[in-house]
Formats: sequence, C-alpha cells, structure tokens
Amino acid sequence: MKPNFRIVRSPAPGWFSALIPLLAIVVTFMITSVFIIIAGANPFEAYYYFLISPLTSKVGILEVLVKSTPLLLTGAAVTIAFASGYWNIGAEGQLYAGAVAAAWLGTALIGVPQPVAVLIMLIGGFIAGMLWALVPAILKVKLAVDEVVTTLLMNYVALFFVSALLNGPWRDPVSNWPQSPTILANTMMPKLLPPARLHFGFIIGILAVATVWFILSRTGLGLRMRSVGMGQEAARFMGVKVGRTMFITALISGGIAGLAGVTEVAGIHFHLIDAISPGYGYSGIIAATLGNLNPIGAGAASLFLGLISTGSQAVSRSLGVPSFLGDVVQSTLLLVTLAMFLLRNYTLRRVE
Amino acid sequence: MELLFFIENLLAATLRVATPLMFGTMGELFAERSGVLNLGIEGTMFMGAFVGFTVASMTGSLWLGVLAALLAGALAGLLMGFFAVKLGVNQHVSGLGITLLLTSLSLFLFRVIFGENQLPPKIEPFPQLTILQGVPFLGDILSQYALTYIAILLVPVVWYVLYRTNFGLDMRAVGENPEAADAAGVNVYRTRYIALAIGGALMSVGGAFLTLAQLGSFTFGIIAGRGWVCIALIIFANWQPLRVLWGALLFGGFFALQLRLQTTGLKLPYEVFLALPYIVTIIALAITGRKATGPAAVLKPYKRE
Repeated sequence: MKPNFRIVRSPAPGWFSALIPLLAIVVTFMITSVFIIIAGANPFEAYYYFLISPLTSKVGILEVLVKSTPLLLTGAAVTIAFASGYWNIGAEGQLYAGAVAAAWLGTALIGVPQPVAVLIMLIGGFIAGMLWALVPAILKVKLAVDEVVTTLLMNYVALFFVSALLNGPWRDPVSNWPQSPTILANTMMPKLLPPARLHFGFIIGILAVATVWFILSRTGLGLRMRSVGMGQEAARFMGVKVGRTMFITALISGGIAGLAGVTEVAGIHFHLIDAISPGYGYSGIIAATLGNLNPIGAGAASLFLGLISTGSQAVSRSLGVPSFLGDVVQSTLLLVTLAMFLLRNYTLRRVE
Repeated sequence: MELLFFIENLLAATLRVATPLMFGTMGELFAERSGVLNLGIEGTMFMGAFVGFTVASMTGSLWLGVLAALLAGALAGLLMGFFAVKLGVNQHVSGLGITLLLTSLSLFLFRVIFGENQLPPKIEPFPQLTILQGVPFLGDILSQYALTYIAILLVPVVWYVLYRTNFGLDMRAVGENPEAADAAGVNVYRTRYIALAIGGALMSVGGAFLTLAQLGSFTFGIIAGRGWVCIALIIFANWQPLRVLWGALLFGGFFALQLRLQTTGLKLPYEVFLALPYIVTIIALAITGRKATGPAAVLKPYKRE
C-alpha cells in the first residue's frame, strides 16, 4: 500500500521553521515579479540587480552594511518593544529626535576629543529618543491610552518639528538650503574602512542588537518584559509590575531608535535634513517581524533589508524600474512572512 | 462683517476638511465593530487617492474614479480580512504591513503610469454644488462637493445599518462576543469579511475625495497621517456613528483653523500650526483615556473549534 501523508496541527520540525524565512523570500519574489513585469522589465534580470549585483563588489557589500546600519538600530528598538507587548510604532519619530540632538551636539562640542565627542553624541541621541517616546509611554501607563495611535502621531509631529528647525533657526546660512550647519569633524563617526562610507555606527548597530538580546534573554528585566509580552494578566498574576515594565521598555526602545538618528547624522549626512530617514522606523517593524521578535533574527533581517534597499537603487539605475519597488518588496515580504510563520504549527504525518 | 466672513469661511472649510475624516472613521467603525482593528487605513486611503485619480484621468470620468476607489478599497479590506480573519495573525503588524504595501505600491504604479514629471499631472476636479446659492451666509457654507454631502448622509445610514438591520446586529455580535454569535448561528468569518470590505471601500473613497474633489492632483504626502487621526477619532467617538460626525467636525475645524491661523500674521513657524491637529488628537485621546471601551473582540482572532 502506498504511504499516506496528512497535514496535522502539531509543531513543525525545527529545520523547517528555520527555513520559513527563506521560503517567504521565494514566495515574495514570485508575487512581486508581477509588478516588475508591469513596469516593463524582466524579473530575473531585476532580481539579479536586486540581490546579486550589490554583493559582487567590495564597494557594494560595504554599501549594504551602510544601509543596514539604521535598520539594525530601529529593528532592535522595535523588537524589544514588541517582544514586551508595547506597540511602539514611533521609531521613525524617535529617530528624528535623535538626529536633532546629534545635529545640535555636533555643532556644540567644540574642541572635545573625538572618542569623547562621539560618546556624548550617542548618549544625547539616546536621551532625545527616550524623551520623544516619553509622552506616549506616560499616556499608556497612566491613562491607558493606546500607544499605537500616539506613537504614530508623534512621528508626524517630529517631522514638522525638524522642518520648523530647518526652515527657521537652523537653516544653513551659507547655502540657504533647509539643512542644519555641517557638524564638527571631531563629532563625526570614524570610518571603518576609508574611503568607503561604512562607519562606526555599524558597530553601534551590532552592539545594540547584542544588548537587546542580552536584556531579553539573560536578565530579570528581560524575563519580566517577555512575560508582559506574552500576556499582561498572567504577568500581573506572577507579580510583575506591568505598567512599570512597559514604561521602561518604551524608553529603552525610544532610546535605541534615537541612536539611529545619530548614526545617520554623524556617519552619513553630517547635517540634519528633513529626509534623513526614508522610513527606517517603519522598516524596523519589518525587520523585527521577519526576525520573529528575536533580536538576532531581526539583526539578520536588517542586513537583508539593507541588501534590498541597495538593490532597489541598482534596479532603478539599470532597468528604469521605479526604486519604490524596494519598498513594495519589503512590505510584501512582511505580509508573506507573517502568513508563512503559521506553517510552524503544522507538520506532515504518515498515516497507516 | 469681517468676522462673519471669517466664520463663514471657517465653517465651509471645516466641512471640506472633515469629509475624508468622516469616510475614514466610518470605514474604521465597520472594521472595529466587527472585531478587527484595521491599521491598513492609512494605506487604503492613500491607495484610494491614487486609484481614484488614475482612473479619472484615464477615463475622464470623476465618478468612475470614485467607483474604482470604492472597489479597490473593498479589496484592501478583504486583504486585511485574509490576515486578520482567515489566518488570525497579529492585527497590529498585518495592518501596518498592508499600509506599507498599499502606500509603496501606489507610489510605484504612479511612477510607472505617469513617469517622473516636473509638474504633477492634474485633472479637473469635482465642482462644488451650489444648493442655496444667493442665500447669505448659509449659501456659502453649504457650497460643498457632492462627496461631502454623501459623507454627512453616511451618518444616519451607518447608524441605521448598525442598529436597525440584521447585518448590523450580526456585526456588533461578532465584534463583542464571536463565540456566542457563532453559537447563535451567525457566520463570524463572513460577517467580518463583509464589514472589512465595506469599511475599506469607505476609507478608500475618503482618500479619493482629496484627489478628485479637493486637489485635482496626487501628491506623495496627500494623506499625511489622516488615517491615524481616524483611528484616534473612533476612540474619541466611542465607536458611535453619531459621535463620529461631531468628532470629525471638531477635528476638521482644527485643521481648518490652523490653515487660517497661518495667514493671520502670528509670529510662529507655520510648522507649529501644521503639527497642531496631531497634538490636539493626542490630547483628545488623553482626555478620553480610560473611558474608551471598544468592541470586546477587537485584536482577538476567532478560531472555530
């Protein structure tokens, strides 16, 4: 008799669960190739430029790491928040707050030795991100106001705040462009492999991922955070102070997102512009989800998203496909992964 | 006389600004009363603005643009349903994912269809209806787009559907207690799918109003967080259709007022005024605070045993 297989509801084997993100990537490319065809390009060629061409040269690889840097930070920020059940959708605004702090400190720290100056920049950006996360966190803990809406709205307030600075007191007096004055040389992130753009911020990104991993999996605070994330009622029953834990989570998350603003100002642009982030805060949500709210996974996802955003520019240059395709691929990947993670609950059984 | 003119102007602008908010919030009302938080609203409104504009500029018919936006919005609602109802995955993340997808897809297709232009393509938008022309004061205030009147008519219609029809009863039942509704013979999945499709269609028309009536062109910052304001409005309105009307008018008033304050010569950066509606929204949420109690089943996927 032929063996008979049936899909049953039971945890899938570990190797299969690990393969799901890769399967999701394949499915995403099958779906998005429709849009590439609509844009009049060959999907295979497009995906060559998307995924392979950035990795064929040292310059390309370093550029992928440059693009990944802010995503490592926003991904880590969102991961720690979501893992704790605090829906911080405000990484974008917190990033801008960090960028404002960096642009200000970058012109104020005259004569400070570079290592000290960079450290002050990072601390300043962390505090600014925390402050931007403060209002939604207080409203959530004290008044039970849904943090999803407030953190989202704060993103728009941050953009207007930056725009007001750039069109007002911070407008570059030399060029009269809406950009802040160039920061001092001693406050810039050192380059890791000059003349490539890759800078010290990448190390900060890796350290942030490692720190979030350490907090979540190796500390008492992390245990409390995860218990709140799994269920507030149960956590409260176990004696965890839910409000307090969420508050701390919100501030740490905001601080880490603020660091992403510092690395972009002090590592890439050297001044504040209002387009400093093309949505890194939202991409952080994608990274965190692709990583299944595991910090290491989110870190790996950030590198992949960095590849996609580098690749989308290559596709745009070579084939004339609008570079928005990169965002389409990212968001499709998010939805496909979300759906395919459900496959972890199923397994193939042999029935007699 | 000057003051009267100012008030007249402000009230007319309030109705205009409130229109997309009313469509969006009514759309979200359908989603949430059936038990699904649809964070795809921002993207759905953006897509509605894009689809409405594109179809209108291709066919030359503004009403075909509205119809296309309606259908596209219903599809977006069904997509949300696939994730939230069928798969039962996290509604926060899937909703945001749909917003990111619909936004980037609209931008991508806009570039593919219209190319990269120095000047944005334009269409001749809807005219304003002059119902009480010649009547002082009221005539000017009520000189509005047809879609604005439809938005106002939506309030009694939604109220009727919600409280006086079988579908409305089913919807409220699955939004509060899907297990009990199921036991009583209500198809939970189908009810939620329909509610999400209707909701998505309304949100999308709200976006299309901006391109087809108010602006006549499609810009990348066209929705600018209006969808999120709707999410806040629904909390503020305590999930009641009548209160949505007052909420939308209040917020519309704030948007309209900030536009007028910008030109009064107050020595403040104009961005302060632009940020005002968002800050007011946050304050309104803080005031509503713990009093807000939404449908009990929101965010909880229903699995039939």
